[in-house]
Amino acid sequence: MLQVLSKEFNGFLNSLIAYIVIGVFLTAIGLLMWVFPDTAVLDYGYADMDTLFLLGPYVFIFLVPAITMRSFAEEKKAGTIELLLTKPLDDWDIILGKFLANFFLVIVALFPTLLYYYTIYVLGNPAGNIDTPGVIGSYIGIAFLAAAFCAIGILASSITRNQIVAFLLASFFCFLSFLGFDSVSTLNLWSSEALFIKQLGILYHYDSMRKGLLDTRDIIYFLSIVFLTLSITKVILGSRQW
Amino acid sequence: MSLQLKNLTKTYGSQKAVNAISFDIKEGEIVGFLGPNGAGKSTTMKIATCYVPPTSGEAWVGGFNVAEKPMRVKQITGYLPEHNPLYLDLYVHEYLTFVGKLYGLTGQKLKGRVKEIVDLCGLTPEQNKRIETLSKGYRQRVGLAQALIHDPKILILDEPTSGLDPNQLVEIRKLIKMISQQKTVLFSTHIMQEVQALCDRVIVINKGKIVADDKLEFILKAHATGSVIVVQFEGKIDEVKLKSLPGVKEILTMESFSYKVIADGTVDVRPEIFRFASEQSVSLIGLKQEENSLENIFRDLTITPAMHEKED
Repeated sequence: MLQVLSKEFNGFLNSLIAYIVIGVFLTAIGLLMWVFPDTAVLDYGYADMDTLFLLGPYVFIFLVPAITMRSFAEEKKAGTIELLLTKPLDDWDIILGKFLANFFLVIVALFPTLLYYYTIYVLGNPAGNIDTPGVIGSYIGIAFLAAAFCAIGILASSITRNQIVAFLLASFFCFLSFLGFDSVSTLNLWSSEALFIKQLGILYHYDSMRKGLLDTRDIIYFLSIVFLTLSITKVILGSRQW
Repeated sequence: MSLQLKNLTKTYGSQKAVNAISFDIKEGEIVGFLGPNGAGKSTTMKIATCYVPPTSGEAWVGGFNVAEKPMRVKQITGYLPEHNPLYLDLYVHEYLTFVGKLYGLTGQKLKGRVKEIVDLCGLTPEQNKRIETLSKGYRQRVGLAQALIHDPKILILDEPTSGLDPNQLVEIRKLIKMISQQKTVLFSTHIMQEVQALCDRVIVINKGKIVADDKLEFILKAHATGSVIVVQFEGKIDEVKLKSLPGVKEILTMESFSYKVIADGTVDVRPEIFRFASEQSVSLIGLKQEENSLENIFRDLTITPAMHEKED
């Protein structure tokens, strides 16, 4: 698994993808966080990082699929998947290797935003007036969110050999799982089940983590999403055996 | 290490890609796997390398069943898939190191092995280039190198020479011949000459069924249908007399003073023709035996059964 992981991750670093992803993410989040008056933290009055953690997921909905789309689609198109599958590797080695490489890249893109924390920490009045445990919880939350999106992206990429299709499907599924359940639960049709439907969505669990509340149920929820999605990927990858 | 297939069948939907084939390749044998496109060569090889499972039947590679012990099979097999897929954005050295790691090679051993295989496959001048910048011949070498990195006992090559120019063809054949010592090799091709150049046993497959499995010379003998000789005389000759020469079945007039003599193949008629020319006091300016070409036998083996089927 480590071999696949390091090859994939090096692949990101050796191509432009990694730098474009990190650049686009930081530009978008940086503008939202510091420049655009509607969302900028400078005139906001509160020393917190809500802008990053509220808007980050929406940037991820487009950005994560852009990273994950090539994972399997490209290998299928180029035929290299046949090489990989005839090497002494378990299917899980390949899937986990690719998943983790994508996930790490997103984490690397998140890393520079720690500077935002420092900036707000210093600018706070009095200095240091920021809810540090809350920020830590939010970072853990967004990391889990990134993991879920990466797993969804990997799944989308395993369905098709066309990267554009993989990107669109992944974006759509990320959006659906993040906001879809929440929106559906507001319909009057099933008001009695609304909470249950809401809990199926990522937003519900992400929101509570964003507030710094680390509940094992939320963590289990995210891990289940990742596990379930990657398991479906394994079935699809093995479907050449049907 | 041997390679055995027992009643192997693979169906895609309603189509039988491979239909109950069996063969046994012994340790150290080099076998050519011959057949037209779509005959089931690649499917058979994909089964033997654990890429697709058989619908029914068994494949044993080096004593391991591909369905039960795929990891063991993969570890001892080197495989060059059709169309030679490669990670084009990697460097040659980087790619071979990656594949070596997948086979569990590490440290100094891995380094030594990569160097060895780069030398063996003649990749030394290209080893620091990106694979996408390499010519087709060199890419093929990289494909072979990745199949050989772990010194496999069994080598499965799917059309290793397709799409190469004549010079590259000769080089790659030489390379295959060199690396296949002390290995069990199954390679597919649709070029008969290749089989002749590389190995002595050939398995011919058509429409998912084995139509011949023998030494090449036996197949050649079995399908010897007579020989054709093209003769050209300087002047007019007596055609009836030419036709009545012993061993001559038929003559066809091609152009002035030039004939195609079809012999029954039992005796060499060329000396007779030579003597005949001097009897007629005409100079013989051309005498050429047309090989009962390998292509003809190939066509014979792979087209006729289909026609018989139609007649049925």
